[in-house]
Amino acid sequence: MSILQTPFLNHILPTPLVLASGIWGTTVSLLVRAASTGAGAVTAKSCGPVPRAGHVNPSCVAWEHGLINAIGLANPGADEEVGLLRQAQAELAPLGVPLIASIFAGTAAEFGDVARIVAEARPDYIEVNISCPNVSSEFGEPFAANPQSAAEVTGFVAEAVAPFAIPVIVKLAPNVPSIGRIARAVVEAGADALCAVNTMPGLLIDPESGQTILANRSGGLSGPALKPIALKAVYDARRACPEIPIIGTGGVSTGQDAIEMLMAGATAVGVGSAIYYRGGDTLSLIRDEMLAWMEAHNVPSPDEIRGLSHRETLYTSNPTGAPIPHAH
Amino acid sequence: MMEPAYATRNSQLAIRNSQFSLPQRVRILDIQTDNYRTKTFVLDASLDAYPGQFVMAWLPRFDEKPFSLVNADPVTLMITAVGPFSRLMHAKQPGDFVWLRGPFGMGYGVEGAGKRLALVGGGYGVAPLHWLARTQLGVAASVTAVIGARTGEDILYAERFAGLSSVAAVVTTEDGSRGIHGRVTDALAPLLERGEIDAICACGPHGMLAALEKLGQAHGVETQLSWEAYMRCGIGICGACEFEGKVLCMDGPVLGTTWQA
Repeated sequence: MSILQTPFLNHILPTPLVLASGIWGTTVSLLVRAASTGAGAVTAKSCGPVPRAGHVNPSCVAWEHGLINAIGLANPGADEEVGLLRQAQAELAPLGVPLIASIFAGTAAEFGDVARIVAEARPDYIEVNISCPNVSSEFGEPFAANPQSAAEVTGFVAEAVAPFAIPVIVKLAPNVPSIGRIARAVVEAGADALCAVNTMPGLLIDPESGQTILANRSGGLSGPALKPIALKAVYDARRACPEIPIIGTGGVSTGQDAIEMLMAGATAVGVGSAIYYRGGDTLSLIRDEMLAWMEAHNVPSPDEIRGLSHRETLYTSNPTGAPIPHAH
Repeated sequence: MMEPAYATRNSQLAIRNSQFSLPQRVRILDIQTDNYRTKTFVLDASLDAYPGQFVMAWLPRFDEKPFSLVNADPVTLMITAVGPFSRLMHAKQPGDFVWLRGPFGMGYGVEGAGKRLALVGGGYGVAPLHWLARTQLGVAASVTAVIGARTGEDILYAERFAGLSSVAAVVTTEDGSRGIHGRVTDALAPLLERGEIDAICACGPHGMLAALEKLGQAHGVETQLSWEAYMRCGIGICGACEFEGKVLCMDGPVLGTTWQA
């Protein structure tokens, strides 16, 4: 039994690492690859009510401090996605790695419809993507922008999946005045867990042409640049919702980054853009680095450090090998 | 100062730096017409790359597409007019600009000297193979090029290979209008049966590569196959180019397999 095993709602994740939505989630074989190389849960690519081709290229590029993407929610539509999710579920079950389906839609009621379709595949969780920054030209302000719309979507999804008893994770946006208020609103509306955060809106310009690099003009920032933003979002969401599981996502590239995310209050840790920086073995590298960090600091379990930065107790590394004093 | 017992963040985060991670504007130096629908573009740029890697070529506010490198110094691309992007490229003149990012992916990994190599190109799949042939001159024991296409008109770069005196070049066409009447596998099979090939490096349509994979497996010959795919992010994360569990823009496009005889 690995010390990294992480209770998350009704499951025990083999590791706290979660493959983030939009990364590799397009096919069953890649979800399985992530699951067999260090992920404790995997998220499929977001699907909506109808198929979408996504945006024209360039749709994702690396810049100095991170990535920026506007893939544009390319997906085969919920009906088609059910087949992929069913097969993924079957292949992931023997690995003990839960599957998170991810959904988006154009209206709050439509979120409920998509959730109902996707629920047929019996994914372990449904993540509600109310915060994709790349479809706002079609759908207006993201639902994640204010507590009322975020709660309304959550309510429709929670109601739709209630007969299937599938827990609902709501993915929050970083660019809001008070993420804590939104976190509390979606939890009151029926969210079982939170994922914080989605990418941060941004735009790059090619000075030689004077044009935006992304075909969609703007996109979402991820990678190292997002980490401090994500840490604050998780920190604030944890303060607002002390008892709710949170997947802390944003710029986690190393085991130390993942440790920091736990200290901010995350229950589990999303990983995505890091694969660009570190390659196909990224998840297992981060897992092994977490274990090495914990060993070097005599931390017997992630529970010892989870939420540590919220307590007024300084953590001191203890080179003598004695267990660290409980900071509760 | 004592090193920490765990690696530091900076040493872990060794960025897999492409020389052009954001698109860089480069001038077109020369355009050569290869056949009725294919042109070769020589660009005013050089990259530290090796055969089989690819770049993303961008025309602002239009589209961005992946292209195998024909050469890295100067950067050279073969573009066949098959869609709106490639047709717009064909309308370019020397002095015009195109934007590049890359190089990306894993190219041909022919390990060890003294191998007898078969380089097999189908249609415009021949693009990376002339460069690969040149890097293997004096390294490989022998280089045999098999260049195939539907018709004689579709044969590309046969003249370039003919310019490499130590490379044996064979042409095949499906309609028999040039070279051997048949497919690349028809030309390659006898060489494999006689035990004259140690490794197959190929690029072309998936059907051709699947047939070569079978041949390599049957004869216990290493295969290095470049699988074509539509790259979206080009940097390993979006999953659009997944093929048999591999992310082709990161793990490939060249996937190597050592088969046991």
